[in-house]
Amino acid sequence: MKEKIIVQANRYADSVTLMLVSQRVQQLPGIEAALVGMGSPLNLDVLQTLDFQEEISAGANDLIIALRGRDDDAVQNALDQMEALMRVQGTSSSGQAEERPKSLVQALAKQKGNLALISVPGVYAPREARKALEQNLHVMLFSDNVSLADEVELKKLAHSRELLLMGPDCGTAILNGVPLAFANVVRRGVIGIVAASGTGAQEVSVQIDRMGQGVSQAIGTGGRDLHEAVGGIMMLDGIEALRQDPETKVIVVVSKPAAPAVAAKVLRALSESGKPSVLCVIESKGGIRGNAEVTVARNLLETAQKAVQLAGGAAIPQKSADQAEIYGFASALRPEQKYVRGLFSGGTLCDEAMAILSEKLGLIYSYGPLDPAGQLPDPNKSFQNTVLDLGDDFFTVGRPHPMIDLTLRKQRIIEEAKDPEVAVILLDVVLGYGAHPDPAGELVPVLVEARGKAAGGSGGSVVFVAYVCGTAGDPQDYNKQVKALQEAGVRVFASNVEAAEFTAGILEAAQGGGQR
Amino acid sequence: MSIRDLFATELAVINLGIPSFYDDLLRQGLPVLQVDWKPPAGGDPEMVAALEKLETVRDKVEAGNREAFRRLSEAHPYLEGIGTARDLIPGLGEHMLLHAGPPISWEHMSGPVRGAVIGAILYEGWAQSAEDAEKMASSGGIAFSPAHEHNAVGPMAGIVSPSMPVFIIHNRTHGNYAYCTLNEGLGKVLRFGAFGADVLERLKWMAEELAPALKKALELSEGIDLKGLMAQMLHMGDEGHNRNKSGTSLFFRIIAPLLLKADLEPQTVRRCLEFIDSNDHFFLNLSMPACKAMLDAAAGVEYSTLVTAMTRNGTDFGLRVAGTGSRWFTAPANYVEGLLFPGFTAQDANPDLGDSAITETCGLGGFAMAAAPAIVQFVGGTASMALEFSHLMYQITYGENAVFTIPALNFRGTATGIDVRQVVELGVLPVINTGIAHREAGVGQVGAGLVRPPMACFEKALSALAETI
Repeated sequence: MKEKIIVQANRYADSVTLMLVSQRVQQLPGIEAALVGMGSPLNLDVLQTLDFQEEISAGANDLIIALRGRDDDAVQNALDQMEALMRVQGTSSSGQAEERPKSLVQALAKQKGNLALISVPGVYAPREARKALEQNLHVMLFSDNVSLADEVELKKLAHSRELLLMGPDCGTAILNGVPLAFANVVRRGVIGIVAASGTGAQEVSVQIDRMGQGVSQAIGTGGRDLHEAVGGIMMLDGIEALRQDPETKVIVVVSKPAAPAVAAKVLRALSESGKPSVLCVIESKGGIRGNAEVTVARNLLETAQKAVQLAGGAAIPQKSADQAEIYGFASALRPEQKYVRGLFSGGTLCDEAMAILSEKLGLIYSYGPLDPAGQLPDPNKSFQNTVLDLGDDFFTVGRPHPMIDLTLRKQRIIEEAKDPEVAVILLDVVLGYGAHPDPAGELVPVLVEARGKAAGGSGGSVVFVAYVCGTAGDPQDYNKQVKALQEAGVRVFASNVEAAEFTAGILEAAQGGGQR
Repeated sequence: MSIRDLFATELAVINLGIPSFYDDLLRQGLPVLQVDWKPPAGGDPEMVAALEKLETVRDKVEAGNREAFRRLSEAHPYLEGIGTARDLIPGLGEHMLLHAGPPISWEHMSGPVRGAVIGAILYEGWAQSAEDAEKMASSGGIAFSPAHEHNAVGPMAGIVSPSMPVFIIHNRTHGNYAYCTLNEGLGKVLRFGAFGADVLERLKWMAEELAPALKKALELSEGIDLKGLMAQMLHMGDEGHNRNKSGTSLFFRIIAPLLLKADLEPQTVRRCLEFIDSNDHFFLNLSMPACKAMLDAAAGVEYSTLVTAMTRNGTDFGLRVAGTGSRWFTAPANYVEGLLFPGFTAQDANPDLGDSAITETCGLGGFAMAAAPAIVQFVGGTASMALEFSHLMYQITYGENAVFTIPALNFRGTATGIDVRQVVELGVLPVINTGIAHREAGVGQVGAGLVRPPMACFEKALSALAETI
């Protein structure tokens, strides 16, 4: 066994690049453990956890390369590969380092800007966001791990300057037709969206596009905007901006359960906007009533349908599940195949699926269950009906988001398929900018392998159900992605709701069949 | 721009963080710029707190920096004559020696500085042997003081003794003066710590023949515009610190006719001109005090975070900042990285030495390297590296020099006015072009190369600036 630790002073790279490189290096032949990361206290701890013996000192701008492998050759090979990967991952076409500005202010001296897209580590993010606001830039704050106090301060500053502060932890926005971070390429149109949920905004905009209508603007607020301390500052500013926007004829709000006072303010703002609007509160237990101006939708698909109708378009109705097809799948299952395993990359898509499944199947286990009784003691081990958001913080420590890197999801698909009790594996495949360039290409070989191992290697008939959240305009080629999955035997649906209901149908039929 | 206005404008994005977001926007044909972002101040929470504290008085800091930069830009140094140190330099008493860099005691002095001290004592006749001179210096018989604290600068050891002749540089805009000895040439010279009989003889000749002759010649001029000469030398392949060929040539063209016009012995004129002609660095002892005169004009501007002096005594690196006046911020000096002359190894090198980094402080030297591509052969590098260094320095300076411009950068003004905040925040240190002294007294120059100041100097300065608030 050979161990090597190199500390390269002053070689900073962003965490996404490093996590991808780390993962790839770990998978190289003859490598037992690898860490490529900045010298943060966290990474120094990880080194200890990985049992690296050598004591090193490194700062936040120093790159640590730690490798342990079979022999010198394996370690040297990994080192070479790592450098090659760093070049591919880290250097974009953004020019020579010495010509690139090193700060926001320097960037603005080179080129006019009106929006700062900030995805630096959370500890540093508020400072950069504040500087951007002070330079009169709108801000999309992708970074997470920003304190609530900082969020409040930043949003107050943004509000006083009539600027957007989308975030923190804002993954999706579409401004002036431009998808930012994780967003799909949708038609421009008359429906304006303000969303406290990234994948919520993605799903609604994708469905609007599918129904032939388009999006004027999609503003993200970050998931905590409706928290009492924040008071919905950005939600209300977003609604106000859409109210004033001549392009926007219909306003859609995708919200999360809000403090009552804040919810009332949002509802009032929508009612008084003078424009028809749709309100969808994710994870709500019901109880929100609409009025003449505000239509309340139960889920993301219905949100898009109502918005499309208000915009004068024709909504595509939800397809009810084909009972014959359901019976076909269910009858091929063995009696012990009773459960669903949902492996999601979109948090709101996951929540929506859980809500639908629990209505039909009862308790759904998860890391973040809708019903606290469904809390999994170990999120790495599924139990009965389990649905997981692999984009949850628990799963993304030291790892890129599952929309970018499908490694964890692939591993988990194989594991779940081996479980003889599993009947259905339910997936979301999110396309658009920011996401993996070919998720279907990544998944297909694993699905084939999983099928071979299904039901304990007996060649059983585990059913794969997927929803592909994407549009014809997305860089991944929506049709190609769907076709590749279908050819691998995946039942692909046009909405998340339909995929979840079909899944519930199979399990209901299978359980019913078992009783017969 | 309000949200509504943004909706009616083309998006122009500045991306800080994940590079693929930049690539995605570029692919969509959007105007987008990637910031080469790093954690501020290397992630040091104390430094970030100091930066944040200064942010709270941003307008005052900006006003201070604007004023300091304005003074630095408007200062206009002229060479007006030559005199004797003791008659001119404020606070230079008898049995007192000025030296390069921040304050230092005999016991901490490096080899070349000690050698130069011994040489100066012998030159002044305060002792008759090197042993006695050393005894005198080590027993408190000599007062040491940084040249910088007396409106003076000197290359390498930078020793100034009372009877040495000095150039008189006058900043005619603000009225302040700066002083510097005359350059002795290369090889075994006092500034590298040599104190043999030949060294002392040369110094005597410089005081008795060269200086009086130049003084007479200069009396025939209206004063020589050094700022103008320095601007020209950048257009002729010099950077004003480690390459002074064209500066020396330009000075030669000006002084030669004046020497001939002055009522001097022809042999004196010949010896003076041969001496200047034989030393490419003759002009260094004019560009340095010219920079000093300009930077002193900016010293003491309240709230300003701009550097007014960077200097080394062979043991420590020292920094002065406009907003903290005459206070020194010091840390152990680094070793110079570069090329060593044949026969020498890294073990022979002394740590960084000399007041000559005053040129970088003023936007010359390493900051103007793009003007002097030929220098890279001397300091070990490539011509494109010279361009990169000059480009990089704009990241840490307040402005661009109005007079010192670089042809290869489309006559862009050199990066000028080093901002302590930017150095610490970005982790980008000034680059200094410099010579390498032998660690033992009197061997001389053993190479040349590039050196960076210790970051600790800038961190200490930043903390001190934050404490003033």
